[in-house]
Amino acid sequence: MAFLEFNHISKGYPGVQALADVSFSVEKGAVHGLMGENGAGKSTLIRVLSGDQAADNGRILIDGEEQKYGSVRDAFHAGIVVIHQELQLVPELTVAENLWLGRFPAKGGVIHSTRLIETVRTKLEEIGIDVDPSAKVASLSIGARQMVEIAKAVMLDARVIALDEPTSSLSSRESEILFSLIDRLKAKGTVILYVSHRLDEIFRLCDSLTVLRDGRLAAHHSDITETTREQIISEMVGREISNVWGWRERTLGDIRLEVKGLSGPKLRNPIGFSVRRGEILGFFGLIGAGRSEMARLLYGVDARHQGQVAIDGVVVLPNSPKAAIKAGMVLCPEDRKFDGIVQGRSIEENIAISSRRHFSPFGILSPRKEAALADRFIARLRVRTPSRKQDIINLSGGNQQKVILGRWLSEQGIKVLVIDEPTRGIDVGAKSEIYEILYELAAGGMAIVVISSELPEVMGICDRIMVMCQGRVAANVARQDFDERAILTAALPDKNAAGTI
Amino acid sequence: MNALKKILLGEQGLVVIFAAAFVIVSLFVPNFLTERNMLGLLQSVVTIGIVACTMMFCLASRDFDLSVGSIVAFSGMIAVMVSNATGSIPLGLLAALLCGAVVGFVNGIVIARFRINALITTLATMQIVRGLALIASDGRAVGINDPAFYQLALSRFLTVPTPIWIMLMLFILFGFVLNRTVFGKNTLAIGGNPEASRLAGVNVVNTRIWIFALQGLICGIAGILLASRITSGQPNAATGLELSVISACVLGGVSLAGGRAAMSGVIVGVLIMGIAENVMNLLNIQAFYQYVVRGLILLIAVLLDNLRSSAAGRRG
Repeated sequence: MAFLEFNHISKGYPGVQALADVSFSVEKGAVHGLMGENGAGKSTLIRVLSGDQAADNGRILIDGEEQKYGSVRDAFHAGIVVIHQELQLVPELTVAENLWLGRFPAKGGVIHSTRLIETVRTKLEEIGIDVDPSAKVASLSIGARQMVEIAKAVMLDARVIALDEPTSSLSSRESEILFSLIDRLKAKGTVILYVSHRLDEIFRLCDSLTVLRDGRLAAHHSDITETTREQIISEMVGREISNVWGWRERTLGDIRLEVKGLSGPKLRNPIGFSVRRGEILGFFGLIGAGRSEMARLLYGVDARHQGQVAIDGVVVLPNSPKAAIKAGMVLCPEDRKFDGIVQGRSIEENIAISSRRHFSPFGILSPRKEAALADRFIARLRVRTPSRKQDIINLSGGNQQKVILGRWLSEQGIKVLVIDEPTRGIDVGAKSEIYEILYELAAGGMAIVVISSELPEVMGICDRIMVMCQGRVAANVARQDFDERAILTAALPDKNAAGTI
Repeated sequence: MNALKKILLGEQGLVVIFAAAFVIVSLFVPNFLTERNMLGLLQSVVTIGIVACTMMFCLASRDFDLSVGSIVAFSGMIAVMVSNATGSIPLGLLAALLCGAVVGFVNGIVIARFRINALITTLATMQIVRGLALIASDGRAVGINDPAFYQLALSRFLTVPTPIWIMLMLFILFGFVLNRTVFGKNTLAIGGNPEASRLAGVNVVNTRIWIFALQGLICGIAGILLASRITSGQPNAATGLELSVISACVLGGVSLAGGRAAMSGVIVGVLIMGIAENVMNLLNIQAFYQYVVRGLILLIAVLLDNLRSSAAGRRG
């Protein structure tokens, strides 16, 4: 019997029809996957469900009853809780206060503080989350914060829980805790709407699945076992993608980047490796394995303790990003939104921000040259935008990444490209385009270092993989020896636990 | 050295510094630690102290209010003028409180409902309200007709003047409201993460409006007490009050980025401001130097705060 029903839901924003006539239903006690590329309408659907935004048209029914709510608070009362991808916690408040936020146990406005703590303590113990309820959230790790976020939904005895990319910042161990929690909620009859880009998780957890594309229902599978990965991917992109990665053999040249004994405050064990001309070297590891720390040391963001970095045999030792760029090494950072793009500024400015110094005598800008530069890279990297004047924040993740690449390609004499999580939050179609750009650059002789926590990605596009684990290099694997199980095993801190993955 | 650092940068660092400063000043400045001077000191910080109670909420919710000085002057004016016109002091006081609350409410509506930057909004109302005070009085001080009005500031209870009692009661009240009520926790939550609070079902807009309305109301109380103490409604009273109040709050560890506030800190902040001024008066230091010293204290306070948060960040 259908428990949660979406009935002809439509929602438009100025200039975009985010959802058009979407209808589907979910059985009681089912975990239902929701997939689609970025911009397909998943987030909008969740926002409508959460009461955050009202649909223009259509109805939501729970247990046959039409839900009419105008706010998040109303949705809570109807038993609907949404856990957003960006953690919605207040760092300055305690765990217990965060869990009760919005509906503190109170009499005449005065909070009942012992009840506040004790109810949370019982509940956390019951669901097996080991967090002190009176600890401030600011003092918790990211993984623990995610657990607190999930505990929020459990606290509410929600009938419907929507999880938006819940594992994106979890280690595999934390993900396991989450999955067992989901199983327990499911057994209680809770409906779970599970949004993820990760097909592994979808197949592991979900009973049924809906695929959205361009705001429309692309497919609905009431039994997930009757479909395949390939089918879902083609439903998401609306065309067949035979091979997302598109890797092909390249000829490798001399050693371009050589790193010896590099260490720093956050990477205590010295690390060394080399990358040849035309080679794409992958760094794989779990969160906290030290990959991004290595990139920051290499790029001169963090101070080095010791070590040597040479490009084309010349020792460079950059001690600032500026020096690294001058030496011919650039970094596309992991957190694109905060460390990559300059929000609120145009595509043109985001491209020219570094390389403009080459054509701006005495610091006086040349609007004509900047415009020409921007147009050249927008065309070359196929950035989809109505104009180079567009604010970069309005672009999709994939197009933002292309602009960041454009920023570095417009620099002079770039020999080494370090790219951290190249396609995080980027949809399948744009992914292949980013990979194509990387292959093209490698073919042109650049040495490329790809850092990624997605194993299929590093295995799909890299010529060689360095596996990191707890700040050390655990393995160095050439493409012909790529083996999913072996690489994962090397990445796990507790080697004995590998069998459970 | 490390232990000292730990104490100074810890939660209670400011209290420790304050206690040390108090002891030193008591030992070396003649006439400081006398009943008379202590009461004078407290009396001198009544306006700042009262307004700081609600400014703390304002800052804790990531907002800002520059209009407090003007509201204090305006509501003081109204209290005197309405009392004179009607012959009834209670009516005058009621009118003053109402005016203060209305201005605060308008601030809140514009800021929270129409989403206008708090700095700009209150910069505008600060000037509008000051203008209204000047217009109403034609730019002159308005004397109080009924001497009973003076009693508000002059009367004593257990030898302590009434305004000090009122300030102490408000300290206790708002300390309780901040830590033990839904309103207080919601205020901190909004400052800490507005989006999370909204999604958790906290009515962010209404809470912010209430904070500003409350701030206006409390400014009304401060305005009445000030008018009574200076025995007239002065359209130019309390100029620059907003800066002293915000300084006191920041000194007391209230984060301008929102989410962090403690009543004990704010009280210490207010007292530090008061003591600095009092000591300089006792030592006959020229008033002009006091601006420099006040500025320096504020700078030191924010630097200390910065050290403290980065120390906390390392621990986390």
